Formats: sequence, C-alpha cells, structure tokens
Amino acid sequence: MAATQETVEQVQSLEMDKYKYGFVTEIESEKAPKGLSEDTVRFISAKKNEPEWLLEWRLKAYRLWLTMPEPKWGKLEIPEIDYQDSYYYSSPKSMEDRPQSLDEVDPELLRTYEKLGIPIKEQEVLAGVAVDYVFDSVSVATTFREQLKEVGVIFCPISEAIQEYPELVKKYLGSVVPAGDNKHACLNSAVFTDGSFVYIPKGVRCPMELSTYFRINELNTGQFERTLIVADEGSYVSYLEGCTAPQRDENQLHAAVVELVTMDDAEIKYSTVQNWYPGDEDGKGGIYNFVTKRGICKGKNSKISWTQVETGSAITWKYPSCILQGDNSVGEFYSVAITNGRQQADTGTKMIHLGKNTTSRIISKGISAGKSQNTYRGLVRVAAKAEGARNFTQCDSLLVGETCGAHTVPYIESKNRSARLEHEATTSKISEDQLFYCRQRGISEEDAVGLVVNGFCREVLQELPMEFAVEAQQLVKISLEGSVG
Amino acid sequence: MLEIKNLHAEVDGKAILKGIDLNINKGEVHAIMGPNGSGKSTLANVLAGRDDYEVTEGGILFDGKDISELEPEERAGEGIFLAFQYPVEIPGVTNTTFLKEALNAQRRYRGEEELDGMEFVKMIRGKTKELGIKDDMLKRAVNVGFSGGEKKRNDILQMAVLNPKLAVLDETDSGLDIDALKVVAEGVNKLRAENNAILVITHYQRLLNYIVPDQVHVLSNGKIRRSGGKELALELEEKGYADYSGEAA
Ligand SMILES: Nc1ncnc2c1ncn2[C@@H]1O[C@H](COP(=O)(O)OP(=O)(O)OP(=O)(O)O)[C@@H](O)[C@H]1O
Ligand SMILES: [Mg+2]
Repeated sequence: MAATQETVEQVQSLEMDKYKYGFVTEIESEKAPKGLSEDTVRFISAKKNEPEWLLEWRLKAYRLWLTMPEPKWGKLEIPEIDYQDSYYYSSPKSMEDRPQSLDEVDPELLRTYEKLGIPIKEQEVLAGVAVDYVFDSVSVATTFREQLKEVGVIFCPISEAIQEYPELVKKYLGSVVPAGDNKHACLNSAVFTDGSFVYIPKGVRCPMELSTYFRINELNTGQFERTLIVADEGSYVSYLEGCTAPQRDENQLHAAVVELVTMDDAEIKYSTVQNWYPGDEDGKGGIYNFVTKRGICKGKNSKISWTQVETGSAITWKYPSCILQGDNSVGEFYSVAITNGRQQADTGTKMIHLGKNTTSRIISKGISAGKSQNTYRGLVRVAAKAEGARNFTQCDSLLVGETCGAHTVPYIESKNRSARLEHEATTSKISEDQLFYCRQRGISEEDAVGLVVNGFCREVLQELPMEFAVEAQQLVKISLEGSVG
Repeated sequence: MLEIKNLHAEVDGKAILKGIDLNINKGEVHAIMGPNGSGKSTLANVLAGRDDYEVTEGGILFDGKDISELEPEERAGEGIFLAFQYPVEIPGVTNTTFLKEALNAQRRYRGEEELDGMEFVKMIRGKTKELGIKDDMLKRAVNVGFSGGEKKRNDILQMAVLNPKLAVLDETDSGLDIDALKVVAEGVNKLRAENNAILVITHYQRLLNYIVPDQVHVLSNGKIRRSGGKELALELEEKGYADYSGEAA
C-alpha cells in the first residue's frame, strides 16, 4: 500500500506526462501469494472454481514451462525475468462476489474506466460496441451481453465460459496455440486468469463490434489473459482489444494468448491498439509484452485478418499468425509498430499455407524514433500440398532521427513450385524537406511528424474499425512526441 | 511590408547571401532574376526560416516586425508563403487533410476560429473551381505521382487557400506548359491586392507577361546588382547575366 502511494506521488510529480493513462487506481485487491509454483496454479484454478480437467491442463503446462528455455531469436535485449518476484493473480476485493449488474460495480472501477475514456456504459460513447473490461486478473464487466445473446452470440469472460460452456472451451482451448508452443504461451497456459470468450454461431453476422479493454493496475503483477474466438460457418465478427497500464518504475509482464478459429466461409477481423506503458526516456519501467496470437482458418473460404497498432510497451515480442488450412482461405496482417525512447519491438507474423489456393497479405509499417530498436520478423511457409498459394508482403520502415534502428527479417519457405510469393521492403528517413514543407505551411514540427507518420501508416490505419481509427491516429502522433527538435 | 537590410546568410559555413537590400511594399509585385547558383532559392529559404540557413548579418522586418527569431511555422502564421522550386511529396496524406491542418494551424496561430469540415470543404471547392483544378486532386496524397506541372499548380492551390500576405514563388513557372502557366499567373493575380505582396523568382520573362512586376531585381553572387522596371527583364533575356557575374563580393 505504502509503495503504491509512493508511486502515485512520483507519477504525479513527473512534469512530462505524455502517457496519459499512467495513473493508479487506489483499490483494495485480493492477491495470490507472490511467486510462481504449483500452489500458485492451484490457487488461481480454485479462485476460478475450475473443473478438474482444466487444473490438470494448467499443471501440465506449468511443469512443461519449468523445462522450457526463454525464446532467444528476437532482436531484443531482455533483462532476466525473476518470475518469483511477481504476483500472478490480483483482483479488486469488490469483485469477490461477482456484481450481477453494472450498478453493482465498484464506483472506483467505474471512475477508472471513465478516466481512461471508455466508460462502462451501454449508451453514449461506445454505443454499438460491446466491451469486456478486464482489470488485472478479472473481468469486471461486459456490456451488451443480453442483446448479443438474442442473436446467439456468446461474449463473456473466459472464466465464465469455462463454467457455462465447458464443451466449447475444452474443444478449442489450446487447439491453436498448444501449451508447449513457446515459454511465454506455456506460462500463460499455466496461470491465465481472464480474458474474453467469443462464439459466433452459424450464419450470424455479429451485430456490433466486440472489444476487450485490458488494464494492469496492481504493482508487481503480471497479466496473463487468454482470448478465444470461434466463428462458426458463414459467420463474421470484428473484435478489438485495447490496453493501458500505470506509469511505474518496475517492469511488468504481460503474457497473453489469443486463439482464433474460423470454420467454412467465416471471417474474424481482429484489431489491437496496444498502448501499454512504454517506460520512461531512459528505459526505466514499462511492460514486457510477450504475446502469442494465432488463428486457424479451419474451413474453406474462411478469413482471418489481424490489424495491430503497437505503440506502447518497453519490449514487444509478438507475431500474430495465420494457419491457412481450409482451401481458398485468406490470412492478413496489417501492422504499425512505433518505438520511441528506449523501446524495443520485435514483431511480425507467420503465414502458414496448408490448403489449396490460400492467400496471404502482409503490410508492415515500422517507425523507430529516439534510441529505440524496431524489427519486423515474418515467416511465409508454403506446404507441399498448398497448390496455388500466394503471398504479398510489404515491409516499410521509417526512421526518425539518427539513433534508432530498423530491421527487416523475412523468412520464406516454399515447398510448392506453384506458389507465388512477392516481397517488397523499403527503409526511409523522415526527411527534413518534408518537415520544412509542412512547417512552411504553418504546421508545427511535432504535428508535421505526426502527419507524415500517419500518412506512412495510412494503409494499415484504414483497416481499423471506424470507431477506433481516429483514436489510433492520435496515438500515433502522441507516441512520437519529443522525437524531434 | 517586407524590408530586407544588408542580409548576409550562410549554409554549412559557406557564405551565400552577401548583403541583400530589398523593400517590397503592400500591393507590389517584385521579380528576382539571376544566374544559377546566385542565391535566389537561398533567399527564399532564409525568408521562410529554414533551419540550416544561418543569418550572419543584417535582418528582415515583416510588417514592421523582426521575424529573424521566428520558427518557420510562425512565419507562415504571420503570412509568409513559399511556393517551392521542388515541391515535396508526402505519401499517405491527402491534399485535403494537409490543407486543413495547415490552414487551421495558421488560424490558431493568429487566434482565429478553426474551420470545421463543412466550412473547409466549401471554401476549398471554391478555390479549385477558380483555379480550374480538378476536385479529385484533393483526394490524392500531397504531390505523390504528380507531374512537375501538377506539383506547381498544387502549390498555387495551397497559396490560394492560405491567402498569405507575402507569397514568394521560387521558379513556379519552370516546367509549365502554357495552360498551366496561365493558371499559376491567374492564381497570383487573384492574390494580388492592396494588402498583399508577391516576390517572383524566375528565369524567364515569359511569366512576367502574365504577372506584370512593379520592379525587377538582378541577383548575382549573393547580392542585388541592379533593379529596374519590367523592361529590365527583357533586357536580361536578350543579353544574359554576363554584365553582372564578374563582380566578386
Ligand atoms: N545546403 C547547402 N550546402 C552547401 N551549399 C549550398 C547549400 N544550399 C545551397 N548551396 C549553394 O548556395 C548557392 C546558391 O544556391 P541557390 O539554390 O540559392 O541558387 P539559385 O539562385 O536558386 O539557383 P537556381 O537558379 O539554379 O535555382 C549554390 O552555389 C549552392 O550550391
Ligand atoms: Mg533556385
């Protein structure tokens, strides 16, 4: 408690407060004992009142995790993580007996989301968007659930789905990202706490945008959320996740897993606006964002489209991928990754072509400023049977200033001669001429950088749902503040 | 309106402007001619406040105000506009977005109300019509894939929208076909009013048939060597700059 107070004061005393989500919510929380052990896993599972099979699944993952090495292939300098120095479960006390309606939600939590600009309400600001609000390790509210239920769409916290729809969860959990996929995903499998579950039934076009907003609040607490989205035959859903965290000197771990499944003719459009606290200019503090996201186009003619705008986090390690199993299925990856200060990002995608006439498209825009390092890493793999596979990849890097780095690491593995793979890459610098041109017309240098960079990212930003595109443009601008002059 | 006194400026430690004196009054059009490398674009950049151009002596008064310490965007807000010899491309930023950002930034600077989307669109449609510029140009990214002439025309559109007090046109006429030249001239003549001043940098007296200057100056080796009426332009076209180039500063 005292430590939190100190942080609050420190944060308040900071003059430069460009990360406007850096505040802390003073709220009593219930935590698991510090550190990671089988007991931690059991504690979480018991808290969530989980069935035996899931506890076993978690424990298996935990034991596997103990044996796995940290992934080392990213171009990242990751300080050694002390897994025992962190809490793996933290829930606001007021969530102990689950509020049954929005009126029962702790006012302190309501205020928090109001301050974050995403009030927990079913009207006004986000009409037309259903939101699941995840605070540290629990979902505090999910809006528009009833309306969605009427058309058969399930949208609820995954902890609840485990209780209410155990067959669905059991069938798909870990089916796209198995526990042993990599060390971070494995940790998530052992200790995941909450996240969203979505099921769109056959032939249903989800009538509103679905969205999950992740907030890390507690000190020394990791967030390990798990999202599972299943789109049944001929259905469609657009889903967006957003995230923020307080400004703290300590690093915090966020190791999420997202799994998407599309059946015949189904489509999932998954967008992320990632704005975790990036640390200060000297690289102190910030979130380690180690995320495994993967979708499988199981059915023919199905489509999965990832759009990500990554502006936050001290370190980003993330490769949203598509397994194109169904014939004629389509995978897309649109990415903007911005690094400033001492941020590091190693992000990209994997497109695994298994079915016939599968198509993938990769558009990546990396912007590096300050003393940051920004790497695109992508794999396009065409299996022997993937007749007629096609990929188009375009990776553009933009450098702002002299002290940052941009890197492009494409891997291509094709076992089928009929595959058509195109790759284009450019690296450019934001030019003095462009900035002067803008400034001569009256636009300030900082706004000019924002304008030029937004122009550079346009192809990707326009993939975002309308409701979030404007916000993302603002974010792009804000995250580059202080990068020139 | 514009008073330049004994202006010396250097780029990368190299002296380029070596004592320029020039006064332009409200309502006047002046033309500057001179050989390649004589410092014409440098003068334009110095007026606009470009970073790498350092004023080492003398100064610039604009509307009676010393602007030498102002940032480029502040000078723009004060009403100085520069049509570039080589307009720059800004991929992904539409002309509409760019113009709106620019206009509203200038309005904020002057403490004026910003224009909302509707007002802006109405205003800009009027301008494109006046200048015979197709509206679809507004949806395209700033100068990207534009022909040389289109880029210059686009600069004139920007000028018309921003309505500056002083417009400096740096070889806006070069590379233009006769129709485009007329558009440019028309744009300039529309701007030409009691309260505005225009400085035209050109190599060709052809433009001056359409934009008739009050004065013509010969800039050579960083200094104005001679000034006169519009007939000076004709004389230069005939004789070249041989008479002026010999004088080392
Ligand atoms: N950044 C720079 N570094 C070094 N020299 C420069 C720089 N910019 C301009 N110069 C030099 O200054 C001199 C004047 O250049 P400026 O562009 O002003 O000429 P100009 O009169 O506009 O010529 P033109 O008719 O060819 O457009 C030239 O010798 C040019 O090489
Ligand atoms: Mg020139």
